[in-house]
Amino acid sequence: MDRRESIKAMMLGSFGTGLLLQSCVDTTPEQLEQKIWKYQYGRTPAEAAHDQKLLGQQFFDENQMELITRLANLILPPHENGSIEQAEVPGFIEFMVKDIPSLQKPLKTGLKWLEEESKKQYGNPFTECSEAHQKSILDSIAYEIEDIEEQPQGIVFFSLIRNLVVTGYFTSAVGLKDLGYQGNTPNVWDGVPDEVLKEHDVAYDPAWLAKCIDQDTRNDIAKWDENGNLWN
Amino acid sequence: MGENWPIGYDDLKPYYDKVDQLIGVFGTKENIPNEPDGFFLPPPKPRLHELYFIKGAKKSQVPVIPARLSVLTKRINNDRGVCFYCGQCNRSCSVYADFSAGSCLIFPAQKSGGQVDLYVNSMVKEVTVDENGKATGVNYVSKEDKREYSIKGRVVILAASACSTARILLNSKSSQHPNGLGNSSDLVGKYLHDSTGSDRMAFIPDLMNRKRYNEDGVGGMHVYTPWWLDNKKLNFPRGYHLEVWGGMGMPSYGFGFDPNMFNQFFGEKVGGYGDHLRDDVKKYYGSLVGLSGRGESIAMKDNYCEIDPHTVDEYGIPVLRFNYKWSDFEKKQAIHMHDTFEEIFENMGGIVLGEKPGADKDFGLHTPGRIIHEVGTTRMGSDPKTSVVNEFERLHDVDNVFVVDAGPFVSQADKNPTWTIMALSWRTSEFIIEELKKQNI
Repeated sequence: MDRRESIKAMMLGSFGTGLLLQSCVDTTPEQLEQKIWKYQYGRTPAEAAHDQKLLGQQFFDENQMELITRLANLILPPHENGSIEQAEVPGFIEFMVKDIPSLQKPLKTGLKWLEEESKKQYGNPFTECSEAHQKSILDSIAYEIEDIEEQPQGIVFFSLIRNLVVTGYFTSAVGLKDLGYQGNTPNVWDGVPDEVLKEHDVAYDPAWLAKCIDQDTRNDIAKWDENGNLWN
Repeated sequence: MGENWPIGYDDLKPYYDKVDQLIGVFGTKENIPNEPDGFFLPPPKPRLHELYFIKGAKKSQVPVIPARLSVLTKRINNDRGVCFYCGQCNRSCSVYADFSAGSCLIFPAQKSGGQVDLYVNSMVKEVTVDENGKATGVNYVSKEDKREYSIKGRVVILAASACSTARILLNSKSSQHPNGLGNSSDLVGKYLHDSTGSDRMAFIPDLMNRKRYNEDGVGGMHVYTPWWLDNKKLNFPRGYHLEVWGGMGMPSYGFGFDPNMFNQFFGEKVGGYGDHLRDDVKKYYGSLVGLSGRGESIAMKDNYCEIDPHTVDEYGIPVLRFNYKWSDFEKKQAIHMHDTFEEIFENMGGIVLGEKPGADKDFGLHTPGRIIHEVGTTRMGSDPKTSVVNEFERLHDVDNVFVVDAGPFVSQADKNPTWTIMALSWRTSEFIIEELKKQNI
């Protein structure tokens, strides 16, 4: 059975046991398969079933998703290296609140608080306010107030959504590129570049360096004498 | 304080050397008695934050040496690949360039024609015994169909990890072994101990605005500090080693929480949103360094696990409950750890984050069990009244049952236990083969 077939079988199996019946009333099997297909990597059957369950549920409604998307774009505005949409941050937040249910209440009540605040101050829902008005609201909740024990609800909420937006963005493909992360790829580590050593005023101890792997010999099969001294 | 092992380092040295060559370990010969030399592969070069650490530690006369990790910096055979420095060992290496029981032990055994039958997804419930109290095999519950099955064997070798092995033994009650198997001493589950652990982080302003390059390295530290002090001059027994972490690692969930909290150190506003926030994240990337102390605790009879009479798991098997408290020995060690962290961070030009943890937080000690070096629940000894297994890890009470995980550890040095588990296990395996040949079992 190929992977696509096995997903189908897995889904049918889950439908058969009623696992998904309640949670994905709005999602057709085809839509669900598209969603799940994206996340097929190194999952045990139990983990795959967990992902499948979460991806089949919808936590935020359309208005809330729109609000999250707008907030995320204000927190990290579109940039030459990537945008909130390219990083799929709103979908990431939707997934995380289902994976970590303790986030659900503070986010939902926070979004509600923001809508009410927006209507109170400017007579419109947040997404329909001008950017200047939106920023004016954010300016009042984007910084902690010094020297008080308990921060007001708006500030606590904004700190939470900002954390989720920033982590969602910088763990995405475009975010990693924006950050300049170079790793998670096959390579050969052979020490800190010389110009970086100079810039930081540090140096390798020659005696230490002499003990390190000579990367030209990495593919030679190690051989030792009886005292554990490496020959090659 | 504490109990002596019935064997010494010299008994195990040949097995440690064989394990080194079997699994591949990078490291260096340092001629430090408490950090024994072995058959090492050459270590990788230190990364930038590690060079800062070496420099900072040196100022306080704290030694730093290359780390010792089971990662293949050099090929050891044609069946396993060489590390390609992606730093993702925790996902299990696709070319088998790090240690894993599958890639280093089980698959080679299968490949070389060994008689290996694997029963995966099987929860052992109890060891079965005959009328003389000798083991005849095990009963297990299949995780797939939740039904119970039996396997027969001449010898039963338990390697479920220290706590789970104790659980199996305590759950193996019979008229021949009313207190659980191997438990005539009433010590199964007692003397449970874990490594001590405490951590601290610092912000290093000199590591701001770093030039980007790939410094993933191997999946762990390239350098470490072995225990370096003399306890005669200290107010606590035993010691700890230091692990260092940091660098421009791959962001994962949690990266960028409180994205510009370090602004506080420059009198700038923390928080906000927009392009300056994005710039702050990039500016501070790679400027956070952490130190972890991992130390030796004292094995105590009062620290133990036992069967919880009121709770079973989803397979119907009674579970363990735990009684474990840190003593003043470990707390004083943790205080010393934090003094060391702060001194080295300051030498590195760092700003130590957070307050020094006080008595209300056990001085920063992680809850017992968090370092997952649990050992001692079936401890080894020559006297059946004060130990559970003998020096060959055989139950004193039943001569065809062995324990080859960390349960037999009498004490847990400030090291990771797997290497010693494997050396002991190899020694025990040779003993079992000899006994079978002599038809003693």
